[in-house]
Amino acid sequence: MEVVKVENITRVYQIGKVETRALQGVSLTIENGEFTALVGPSGSGKTTLLQMIGCLDQPSTGRVVISGQDVTRLNRNQRADMRRGHIGFIFQFFALIPTLTAYENVEMPLLLNGHTPKERRERVMELLKAVDLADRANNRPDQLSGGQQQRVAIARALAPKPALILADEPTANLDTANGQQVMEIMKKLNQETGVTFVFATHDPRVISYAARVVTLKDGVIEKDSASEAK
Amino acid sequence: MLQIFKMAFRDLGRNRRRTFFSALAVAIGLALLMLMASVINGEMGNAIQSSILLQSGHIQVRSFSFDENKSSLKWEDLVANPDEIAAKVAAFPQVKAATPRLFASGFLSTGDESTGVKIYGIDPNSVANDPYRMGLLSGNFLTADDREGLLIGKPAADKLHLQVGDTVGLSVNTSNGDVQEQVFTVRGIYSTNTYAFDVSTILMPLAKAQAITQTENHASTIFILLKNETDTDSVVAALQGLNLDILTWRDMNQLIVEFETMANSYIAFFYLIILAITASVIVNTLIMSVYERTREIGILSAVGMRGSRILGLFLAESAFLAVGGVILGVILGWGGVQLFNINGFYIGNMGLSGFLVGDTIRAQLMLDDIVNLSVMTFIVTLLAGLYPAVTASRLEPVAALRAEK
Repeated sequence: MEVVKVENITRVYQIGKVETRALQGVSLTIENGEFTALVGPSGSGKTTLLQMIGCLDQPSTGRVVISGQDVTRLNRNQRADMRRGHIGFIFQFFALIPTLTAYENVEMPLLLNGHTPKERRERVMELLKAVDLADRANNRPDQLSGGQQQRVAIARALAPKPALILADEPTANLDTANGQQVMEIMKKLNQETGVTFVFATHDPRVISYAARVVTLKDGVIEKDSASEAK
Repeated sequence: MLQIFKMAFRDLGRNRRRTFFSALAVAIGLALLMLMASVINGEMGNAIQSSILLQSGHIQVRSFSFDENKSSLKWEDLVANPDEIAAKVAAFPQVKAATPRLFASGFLSTGDESTGVKIYGIDPNSVANDPYRMGLLSGNFLTADDREGLLIGKPAADKLHLQVGDTVGLSVNTSNGDVQEQVFTVRGIYSTNTYAFDVSTILMPLAKAQAITQTENHASTIFILLKNETDTDSVVAALQGLNLDILTWRDMNQLIVEFETMANSYIAFFYLIILAITASVIVNTLIMSVYERTREIGILSAVGMRGSRILGLFLAESAFLAVGGVILGVILGWGGVQLFNINGFYIGNMGLSGFLVGDTIRAQLMLDDIVNLSVMTFIVTLLAGLYPAVTASRLEPVAALRAEK
């Protein structure tokens, strides 16, 4: 089953009089349970493509379908609802809310989705255990290392049981050991829960974890390992 | 919802100094509003009370043709058999005192100084005249049978260099339009702490005033003090059978009431200025907070928080600031009023003729004002938080995530 279907999307940014084409006709289909890497040099359009798939931004032309739902022209609130229910995010910077504890950060999407306190408590502790941070539940982000913060972010992304998790350079701010740990956790969760992971990176050590590698260059897909396999 | 409040509360704790000073700005604004309102209350209440005690009473009974401004002494303009009427009125249970008074105008002169005065003929034994008795600074109070004595206010005594026991010439208009002259002895010098009254009013026994003005058993008014101001209308209703003009303290103090209305309009303008300054501090604080947390807003948006909830988060922050500021403001305002009232604020003679203002301003804090001003400050602070909150809620997630912080 297709989790992501992108049809010939473009994204043009107008900055003053200058027009920048971040994506120039990208088409891509990602099946449920895939562990896919978007690779390419800086400015190739990886992050922009993730933002389109993640309903954070809208394409100038083309169509984006997530879990069978056309999200191309949803309004702000509908896109927020889509993200809350179906998509988890992991960012390059450790994107946690600094005033909330690890527990509360993971709990946030569940609160927004209206889960009961009991459901929230069970789910949060289950996820913190999965990322090996159960004993740090009450720590705030500034009391955690970079690797630990990123693991909390992974737990938070998984909390609402999304169909899709998007990670933008998830290991870029981590040392090798922590980067490796994060990737192994992501891979393990992909295998155990079947959730689809799409991550942007240009780190060759990270790319090696991917089952499928989509290479972008200048806003177009230059190479897709899935197509080559066929 | 609880999580939103929890986050808002913790967000304010991030920069405690800034939060404290923002709440302090709200508090100082509210404290100033309370102080201004209580000073106006105190001053207006003082003016009304002074006027009731010294000049108007709660109710006066007069002849329909009596014109206060002319101090007419024609018999048809006066109340005949005033003692009889006063005794009848004094029998009402709501009435504290009812006493006849005769007003005349005259001229007081010493060797080389003179001044125009208003003469009050009073019954020295009536409790309605206690304010004068208690205000006696030197000498003795009048007695009903004194035929040569008068009391003079301190400012007038100073002006004419008079002391107790000195003699002074008094020229008085009479009921038939003549002028009578007589030498009086200053029995005492009084002060009601109300310059406009004290500088222009001399007191003498009613019988003597009637004799010198040739008004025999007539008075300008029956001056009535009630035990409780709220009984005014019921007593007025009971007096309707007298076939005389019945005036209430509200009728007789219209100038003060109008002045209060005017003062309140000016005060409203000052309120606006103070609230605008307070609001600008809050806008500034929360706008800074939005800019510092742009990326966080992006994260909240990315995890699916709708704009309305982000709006709620920032409004909750301004609500916390408002609550903290209002609580602190009420404490500061109350403390300020107490401090102000230790000695009051001496203003001396304000130069307002016909307007009895005490020489010292005291603030009077009313519960109504505390509640109204607190609610107003709370609402203004919330409204001030609206612009930053809307700004935050409208941030595009992609742009917000790209921010430095």
